Amino acid sequence: MNKPIKIVINNFDYYYNKKQALYKLNLEIQANEILSVFGPANSGITTLLRSLNRLAELNPEGRAEGEILLDGKSIYDEDVNVTELRRRVGMVFDVPTPLPMTIFDNIVYGPRLSGVKNKKDLTAIVEESLWQAALWDDVKDRLGMPAMSLSGGQQQRLCIARVLALKPEVILLDRPCSGLDPISTAKIEESLIQLKEKFTIVIAPHNVQQAGRISDRVAFMLMGKLIEEGPNEEVFANPKDQRTSDYITGRFG
Amino acid sequence: MRSRFDEQLKELNDSLIEMGQIVKDAIAAADKALIEQDVELAGQVIAVDDDIDKAEKDIESLCLKLLLLHHPVARDLRLVSSVLKIITDLERIGDHATDISELTILLAGMPYIKNLEHISQMASVTMKMVTGSIDAFVKKDLALANEIIEMDDIVDNLFIMVKSDMIDLIKADPDNGDQAIDLIMVAKYFERIGDHATNVAEWVVFSITGSHKSSEIL
Repeated sequence: MNKPIKIVINNFDYYYNKKQALYKLNLEIQANEILSVFGPANSGITTLLRSLNRLAELNPEGRAEGEILLDGKSIYDEDVNVTELRRRVGMVFDVPTPLPMTIFDNIVYGPRLSGVKNKKDLTAIVEESLWQAALWDDVKDRLGMPAMSLSGGQQQRLCIARVLALKPEVILLDRPCSGLDPISTAKIEESLIQLKEKFTIVIAPHNVQQAGRISDRVAFMLMGKLIEEGPNEEVFANPKDQRTSDYITGRFG
Repeated sequence: MRSRFDEQLKELNDSLIEMGQIVKDAIAAADKALIEQDVELAGQVIAVDDDIDKAEKDIESLCLKLLLLHHPVARDLRLVSSVLKIITDLERIGDHATDISELTILLAGMPYIKNLEHISQMASVTMKMVTGSIDAFVKKDLALANEIIEMDDIVDNLFIMVKSDMIDLIKADPDNGDQAIDLIMVAKYFERIGDHATNVAEWVVFSITGSHKSSEIL
């Protein structure tokens, strides 16, 4: 039942200048699970996700305290190669961000940068990544088309495929279905459920219902604090904290 | 926040109180018609069953709309799903009030072989159970719901008393047999009403705690 722990967050604080965004977070993320981190706006969810692969520090005002362990090793250790960390812990953002090039080139952009040159290898990566992101059937006959010509939902699955092309271990998704129609949303949710067999997935869902549909475990955050976490069905059926109950039943504030 | 949803929950509560009231009145009238051998009143009880069936359908439809449109979770989901279960039991109580009144009509014109004191007591306890369990639901009163569940023992004991009285009457004079069997049927219907009222109280406990008959079902 208990899967190995992939990520451990220990007493983790995050500040933007003097403003504290995360307060003493303690959370364990199991391998091959989908963890949904949800809560109202400005709860620190994006900051938490962006801390897990150190994207947050691209903001010069940001400062982290406490530790985050990936496979038992601190991601803030001096010998950590940040580029390699971000390969292992990939991120998909709320707005699809296809690069202005072909579908094929979008997927191989990262692998090429990391030195893969052989056309056959690159083709294999494209096919596998698109397959895993449930986009292969949609685009297999037009890999040379501009990525911008895809629909919003397809563009987002392309972004997932682009992360997968780098053979990550953890995939972070920050509200990946914002602005997508229910069918595109369902396709992405379906592929996430398939992907958890190989990857660990941390998602900021775009609403509470999505968290309920796809998660193994959920964590509720409020104003930078972790209020409650537990198995999906327990938290949605019988939340322990009144604030969680008020939020999920839509009676907040 | 969610004022529309809260309004509809209130509407659901009000409809359930109303349905509980009609059902309780049906038990009271079924009892009165039986005791007073009032055929006209018994006919009214049978007619009211249509109102009870309609109330069940209306509340069921409201519950399904709430599930469809609001995707309730946690306590809201327990509340809506327990109402769906409660109305089924209330509807069955209405059916049993009709069953009793049909026997009342059948027995009309014949003097009773025994006073119906115990049967009347069953009626008054089950009426308390119905109103009490709806009250417990609306007020989210766990202690009251548990009291209602306990009251079923009183109804069961009264049934045993009626049964043994009837056995004695049949033994004393086999000609009592026809009526005694009808009266046992009446008592059995009241006993079943008690069981359904207990079910209602058990769903009230679920709506408050998430446990149904001590097992966690949500």
